[in-house]
Amino acid sequence: MDIPMEIVYQRPESLTDTHTHYCPGCGHGIAHRLVAEALDELNMRERTILVAPVGCSVFAYDYFNVDGCVAAHGRAPAMATGMKRLLPDHIVLTYQGDGDLASIGIAEIMHAAARGEKITTIFVNNAIYGMTGGQMAPTTLPGQKTTSSPFGRNTDIAGYPIRMSEILAQLDGSVYVVRRSIHDVQNIRKTKKAILTALKVQEAGLGFSVVEILSNCPTNWGMTAEESLTWVEENMVPYYPLGDFKVRDDAKELV
Amino acid sequence: MAKEMLKGNVAIAEAAVRAGMEAYFGYPITPQTELLEHLSKRMVEEDRVFVQAESEVAAINMVYGAACTGKRVMTSSSSPGISLMQEGLSYIAGSYIPTVIVDVMRGGPGLGNILPSQGDYWQVTRMAGHGDYRPIVLAPASVQEAIDFTILAFDLAEKYRHIVVIAADGQIGQMMEPAELPVMRPPSTEVPHWALSGAKNRPPNVILSFNLNGADQEKVNIAIQERIALIKAKEQRWVEHYTEDADLLVVGYGTTGRIAFTAVETARENGLKVGLLRPQTLFPFPDDRISELTDNIKSCLVVEMNAGQMLDDVRLAVGGQVPVGYYGRMGGAVPMPEEILEAVEAEYAKLQGV
Repeated sequence: MDIPMEIVYQRPESLTDTHTHYCPGCGHGIAHRLVAEALDELNMRERTILVAPVGCSVFAYDYFNVDGCVAAHGRAPAMATGMKRLLPDHIVLTYQGDGDLASIGIAEIMHAAARGEKITTIFVNNAIYGMTGGQMAPTTLPGQKTTSSPFGRNTDIAGYPIRMSEILAQLDGSVYVVRRSIHDVQNIRKTKKAILTALKVQEAGLGFSVVEILSNCPTNWGMTAEESLTWVEENMVPYYPLGDFKVRDDAKELV
Repeated sequence: MAKEMLKGNVAIAEAAVRAGMEAYFGYPITPQTELLEHLSKRMVEEDRVFVQAESEVAAINMVYGAACTGKRVMTSSSSPGISLMQEGLSYIAGSYIPTVIVDVMRGGPGLGNILPSQGDYWQVTRMAGHGDYRPIVLAPASVQEAIDFTILAFDLAEKYRHIVVIAADGQIGQMMEPAELPVMRPPSTEVPHWALSGAKNRPPNVILSFNLNGADQEKVNIAIQERIALIKAKEQRWVEHYTEDADLLVVGYGTTGRIAFTAVETARENGLKVGLLRPQTLFPFPDDRISELTDNIKSCLVVEMNAGQMLDDVRLAVGGQVPVGYYGRMGGAVPMPEEILEAVEAEYAKLQGV
């Protein structure tokens, strides 16, 4: 008997078939897939250049089926600036974690946004340094235990977390600045939509666009994958509220 | 093209435009700022890319990104700014990306001052960035040479997919003298096979200085060293004067090489058998020629505006066969020809007893 078969789900063309090194339950895999789907849907793959960071997503160049490179820690927005200025018709993406973007690379991201660089930044915030084994990040929550804040982040000693989207939204060169989360299906779908908008903002040449994605790190948080998603919802979302911090008037029709 | 009065910094900037440079990224720092200022106007006029970066750290990483497209790009700075660029330079070296850097050296260490110096010799010829790599280093001694070396720098960078540093001192950057600029060379429209240009009708290109596998990273290092060996074999450049019968060989580069030439001419007029070798490439250092000359000379005198950095390279080249003396000024002090002449006479007097 012939059973009609139809492919209803497959790997986006913008992802390679390499097995990722990400830990089970890690949000990077979801974020990668959403970016790749968006590139496919907007027919951008063949003219996209990805700037990978230093951190867990350092291997992103191996997972995306696009031209790519690896920046020095925090310098992805500067590298992307150099590329985009010479290749204005290409889509230039930086994919950065919170240690990369909010700590060592805070000058580069702020100035790229202030200059209104026509690039898109995917900012994955999981409140910890993953690659080096779970140290305190600038985004680590007050009281959160890490391998370098073993008694919990003491704000007297280590200060307070940085809310990057709120800061970047203040800069006139920023056109689209939003925070989303991947802790449940509804939010994953919203994240995908925001990535599509950010890429359209770049395509239209309007200026800087960034999607901050709250994500989980079950390994370094010492939780199961499911627990870690609940932790994002119950602890990160209250500190890092989801929403649109800036959608400049000329970008509204792209949302 | 006729000769015109040109300031060194402006001459380098204009030569880069005429060499087909498509993007420049920089940050103001004395004594190289005129270079950035000139390009802020000229690059816009030519409809090319000029970005004043937020720091030298950002500037070198913009250069890294821009150079990944295979187009001609450059940055310029002075000593403290070059220190900040070492991180980016190490990544560029590990990725085989052609890049041109101008260092208009000033007095150090630290903030030092804005006067001419050659205190970055070790920094630029060894590269203070992490890992094993050495850039090509060109040391101009005149505004004309600064122009010629700028053109050469882009050609060598592309030929070897290597970093080329133009190591000028503050004197070369700031002084004006007659020089001739080349004709305008339009930017190349060719896209190198390794460049990032979008994975259309080909597998993705990836540019990185990263390899977690030890054996593979050693292969990367071996490839870099093979290229450096080729550069050493092919690209040693220097000029020499009065070396045919010299007993004493003076070695100096850039501004000190030029001042030493005046001292050597006076010494010759006074009947001393003194010659001059002025390295134009600090890396690759002209070892072969100095080694050859060592067979005929009795002594060497190194002259620099630092505490004796090229001195190491001269000692390596002469291999202990003759004594190597040293005269230098530091911290922004520029020697007068008379001072060098005195040092030449003192070194020469030692030979009389030999």
